[in-house]
Amino acid sequence: MTLSTGPSQPPHAPRPPGAAESPQDGKSAPLPGTSEAVAASEAVAASEPLKESPAESAAARPPSPTVAGRRRARAAALTGGLVVALVTLCLVAAGTGAYDIPIGDVARSALHRVGLGGAPLDRVGESVLWNVRLPRVVLALLVGASLGCAGALMQGGFGNPLAEPGVIGISAGAAVGAVGAIALGLTFLGDWTVTACAFGSGLLTVLVVYALSRSDGKTEVVTLILTGIAVNAFAGALIGLFIFFADNAQITQITFWQLGSLSQATWPKVLAVLPCAVAGLVLAPVYARQLDLLALGERPARHLGVDVERLRVAVVVLVALLTAAAVAVAGIITFVGLLVPHLLRMAAGPGHRFLVPGSALGGAVVLVAADLAARTVAQPAELPLGVLTALFGSPFFFWLLRRTRRKQGGWA
Amino acid sequence: MSVRSLTGRLTGRARRLPGRPAPGEAAAEVADLRVVLGGRTVLDDVSLRVTAGEVLALVGPNGAGKSTLLSALAADLTPATGTVRVDGRPVADWSPGELALRRSVLPQSAALSFPFTVEEVVRMGRAPWVGTPAEDEDDPAVAAAMVTTEVAAFADRPFGALSGGERARTALARVLAQRTALLLLDEPTAALDLRHQELVLRVCRERAAAGDAVVVVLHDLGLAAAYADRTAVLHGGRIAADGPPDEVFGEELLSAVYRQPVEVLPHPRTGVPLVVPRRDGRGTEAPARLG
Repeated sequence: MTLSTGPSQPPHAPRPPGAAESPQDGKSAPLPGTSEAVAASEAVAASEPLKESPAESAAARPPSPTVAGRRRARAAALTGGLVVALVTLCLVAAGTGAYDIPIGDVARSALHRVGLGGAPLDRVGESVLWNVRLPRVVLALLVGASLGCAGALMQGGFGNPLAEPGVIGISAGAAVGAVGAIALGLTFLGDWTVTACAFGSGLLTVLVVYALSRSDGKTEVVTLILTGIAVNAFAGALIGLFIFFADNAQITQITFWQLGSLSQATWPKVLAVLPCAVAGLVLAPVYARQLDLLALGERPARHLGVDVERLRVAVVVLVALLTAAAVAVAGIITFVGLLVPHLLRMAAGPGHRFLVPGSALGGAVVLVAADLAARTVAQPAELPLGVLTALFGSPFFFWLLRRTRRKQGGWA
Repeated sequence: MSVRSLTGRLTGRARRLPGRPAPGEAAAEVADLRVVLGGRTVLDDVSLRVTAGEVLALVGPNGAGKSTLLSALAADLTPATGTVRVDGRPVADWSPGELALRRSVLPQSAALSFPFTVEEVVRMGRAPWVGTPAEDEDDPAVAAAMVTTEVAAFADRPFGALSGGERARTALARVLAQRTALLLLDEPTAALDLRHQELVLRVCRERAAAGDAVVVVLHDLGLAAAYADRTAVLHGGRIAADGPPDEVFGEELLSAVYRQPVEVLPHPRTGVPLVVPRRDGRGTEAPARLG
């Protein structure tokens, strides 16, 4: 499936000013005689290795505002913008709440903690900031980055822009493991038990979805979405079973967690997901270039030296790691992994070397902002985070579906 | 461990760099090849030598096994029996990264799942050379390939917005930019107009003249006769004939292989064989079928 999400150009875009004039442009070059045309084209190709060939001058052309160049510039600007937005949002989120702390004081307290001057707050302020707000902000950042990155990886790995851990059931699959761990009161790995169980069942789900939704080396949209429906239904049934067998205290815990929330953030929870999230986020960009090549299809990617089997395994494991990290602490938060990579692809092109780390950054921005909204909009009550992202994400997903359908002229 | 060798390990891309085979040496070799796909024997007892500095055309009717033979050379499938060697070693012994430095493949149809631009697609052809000294050639290789295939004029357009012929030429540019000693092209002329068909075959000749080995699947026997040094005629999964086109293209052989009577005439000016279906003009009866 080919889906164009980049800045669209008119079919006959004007030639960029610096681009090389091909001596045998089919539309514009006069053809005085066949033999001359042939000679001209032979001169072009035969002089490939020579210094003064048109090819070389094309390579040495002055930097013109090409799409690729514009995309690179936009990617750099976006990265800068996202970093600034993330830092600002983190400071604001850390300061905002029932106990307001001015941003300046937050920054001073942070500087004091890392030993760069600054000044500590009063005792209550320090406690609120460091034991309540910051774990929550850090957790939102980790979960958002994991979800954004997992979305970008998954779309690249499936070659399908509608793949998203929530939509196709990976989040629900990971949730089965997490709910199971809570309901059965498992503690074999201490704080890491829920994360580990989420990872195990998440990995299994990715494998199942991958196997079920592929045919002839392609993943068609319809197959993918329908597989997602089936997987989500099955995972929902399993979660229902666990809830049926759980006691009241566990049910409260599960239900609250299922809505998607960061309200029970603590430093131990941050530590519990940190290894999974960091491992996934650090390793994901390694595969960016290969994901670009995978856009050509599996065989052409292999012809360009990609070990497709290995790439597939890597993507599946990374998606499971990242999704498990997010689900284990925050419950099911959908559409972040769909929305963020899409917006970035529209702005800076589909190259994964920007898209994968950029989606992590963008996901963090979105989730820190969403969590800030979730806990301040209806103060003193708190909206469930998952409900909030789904509220904004679902219409977007719907629009995307319509757009994909229109581009394809129906479902393949 | 350096970052590069670490990423090399993670992505499985540690590799040996190729040398260039001398003209006349075998760039690839197929021996006693038998390929079974879905229970059907598609190729049987096929032996073929692909020589550096030569354009080898694979021709034959639909389903004769041309594309399968090309896939076998590209190491896309595992043969039931027989060996396929590229650059002197069995293809199974090369890693995907090492093979990508030695052979490039133009698939029959070009697809793309994300809206990369033409130039970005062509640049993908340079991916195998990342981290090698040849990385310095990236920009000139991409620019030269785009000029040669006449895609430079729409370098900034997204691939999805191109016509079929423009896509085919972009895919060819990507293959040329890869600059390998062995090129495997599956019907590169299928979507192209007359002018660009000739252009593609001229490019094949130039690459052969520069010492590369070019294997090209063709349906147009006239193109094969005019541009190939050697032609292998496939028929029912076997090689029915293998040699220079003017020796191989006999009326009897081609008529039998294609189950369509043909005439082979020398071109009045160049003497290159022209292959035309036997037609008795308008209004006359259809030609008798061969038994």
